[in-house]
Amino acid sequence: MNRIQQRFEECRGSGRAALVPYITAGDPEPGATVDLMHALVEAGADLVELGVPFSDPMADGPVIQRAHERALQHGTGLRDVLEMVRRFRERDAETPVVLMGYLNPVERMGFETFATEAAAAGLDGLLTVDLPPEECDEVTALLDQAGIDPIFLVAPTTSRERIGHLARAARGFVYYVSLKGVTGSQSLDPSALNERLDAIREFTDLPLGVGFGIRDAESAAAVARVADAVVVGSALVSLVEAHPGDSAGFIRAAADKLSGMRRAMDEARSPSAAGSV
Amino acid sequence: MTEAIDWAAFPDNRGHFGVYGGRFVSETLMGALDELQDVYERYMKDPAFLAELDRDLRQFVGRPSPLYHAERLSRELGGAQIYLKREDLNHTGAHKVNNTIGQALLARHLGKKRIIAETGAGQHGVATATVAARLGLECVVYMGEEDTRRQAPNVYRMRLLGAEVVPVTSGTRTLKDALNEAMRDWVTNVDDTFYIIGTVAGPHPYPSMVRDFQAVIGREAREQHVEATGRLPDTLVACVGGGSNAIGLFHPFLADEGVELIGVEAGGEGVDTGRHSAPLGAGRPGVLHGNRTYLMEDENGQIIGTHSISAGLDYPGVGPEHAWLKDIGRASYVSVTDDQALAGFHRLTRTEGIIPALETSHAIAHVLELAPTMRPDQSIIVNLSGRGDKDLATVADREGITL
Repeated sequence: MNRIQQRFEECRGSGRAALVPYITAGDPEPGATVDLMHALVEAGADLVELGVPFSDPMADGPVIQRAHERALQHGTGLRDVLEMVRRFRERDAETPVVLMGYLNPVERMGFETFATEAAAAGLDGLLTVDLPPEECDEVTALLDQAGIDPIFLVAPTTSRERIGHLARAARGFVYYVSLKGVTGSQSLDPSALNERLDAIREFTDLPLGVGFGIRDAESAAAVARVADAVVVGSALVSLVEAHPGDSAGFIRAAADKLSGMRRAMDEARSPSAAGSV
Repeated sequence: MTEAIDWAAFPDNRGHFGVYGGRFVSETLMGALDELQDVYERYMKDPAFLAELDRDLRQFVGRPSPLYHAERLSRELGGAQIYLKREDLNHTGAHKVNNTIGQALLARHLGKKRIIAETGAGQHGVATATVAARLGLECVVYMGEEDTRRQAPNVYRMRLLGAEVVPVTSGTRTLKDALNEAMRDWVTNVDDTFYIIGTVAGPHPYPSMVRDFQAVIGREAREQHVEATGRLPDTLVACVGGGSNAIGLFHPFLADEGVELIGVEAGGEGVDTGRHSAPLGAGRPGVLHGNRTYLMEDENGQIIGTHSISAGLDYPGVGPEHAWLKDIGRASYVSVTDDQALAGFHRLTRTEGIIPALETSHAIAHVLELAPTMRPDQSIIVNLSGRGDKDLATVADREGITL
């Protein structure tokens, strides 16, 4: 059983929804990333999603675009990100880490080299936003051999037929993009969400994570009632800009925000809250 | 080299030209691309749609465009006969409108009320705003902030036509960033919006769809050349940014192995300086904007800044069909510098009384070198893809003249 499966088993066992923070590696500076990962775990993260900076983040909104630009000003590349994962693993052998990014940096490194080096660094999953299942056979075969889960997105526009196709290619968990749009878009509608998640569950037993549009403890709690995992990105990344030149202040603020979400999610799942959905 | 290639089999049904092309986009857009492919394939077999397209190309665009024998330039260069395919005479002044007419008709048949586009030099933006005005569709054009300055007259032209022009301030503030922003708009408004991509790049089916709409250039040129000379041309030359005017000219000649195809990329300040826009000449394969193709990237796979005097060629990628034609050796790709392009601009203007766009001037510049190496009984067709009015300020500025 790999780290991602293990962690979702634990969550299921304790009746909690997994909390998955997204941060962009190297933002606001490469030296802050590993400390931030540990702080997020202490604040209640079950899995850490680490964004790989890219010059052309087509699926991201302004908040995460600026995070990529800041990280790239420090020259943070995919090899640097894998090195951050390796350093994180020195102190944390349990928390799964998933990279989220775009295909070109992985293609440039070479899929085989990436799979080998990522596995050695202790990476657990890879989500490439612009790699649909139609184009993924070569990459997923190499990731499979290395024990790294390919994670796929399902969107509100995904047809039933495609959900089936995606579910067959997916490992680890399925990431449901709760909105049409880029990351950090408007808030989501939890009632419609439940229906979509049920439709996906017809095709897979994998845990379902939900992201895009979760900005505060209240929306995190609402999603926690219906999903197996809650992914929060822009709401954390935007805190960088409130702490210019102060990485320690940003790390504290991000950890505070995340623990507020953790508490609200756990309350939403507690037996006394049952029936309030 | 190219024996036994079944040209009609490319791309395959998932948009692959060999290892290039494909569909690399976020999941939210996959359904819209499937829908577009279905509609496009259906209408391209529909006689009523094709008749409507043909009528618009004649009556609104002004097709067929002439194939003009540049006799004085040919004589001065003392080599091959030079023929100019006059896409600059199209309505809106460039080849871009051939494609926007076609895609806007598809948008109307799909019932979409809102059109978006990216633009570099502004020619595709103008051509899109033009057809949107004519069909009464809402139109938003994304343009890099840097390009809105370089091409201010085209920005005003788009606004006159009723389009909203959004300056893009992310990344390098040029064409590639405008494309990113248009993709972000599309992913957000996918239900009511049709994205008119201006070149033969992007996710499948755009590269083949745009090619098919632009192939009218090559079909006409082929017929016109045969009519004028009784034979096929020896060589075709076209500038390549994304590559739509070049593919439009080349495609109907792919099976004519005796016809040499040459694409001219923007060498900027020189390919060896790193300040250029020549991914086929100096880049390597990667994935950007929905397709696998040659890209300008660094060792981390980040897309690097490009440079060209012409905003329309200032792009780090190129259409996947060009990448494939290069690899299989059916077409060859060269580059010319900013200075050479400027020399081509002046030479054609003074010799033939035709002011070409700076993009087109790259193709002219290569012909100035190539024609003298050929015999007077041979011929070259150059795609005169656009007129140069939009570039007058750039040229004047470069030469220290204040207008």
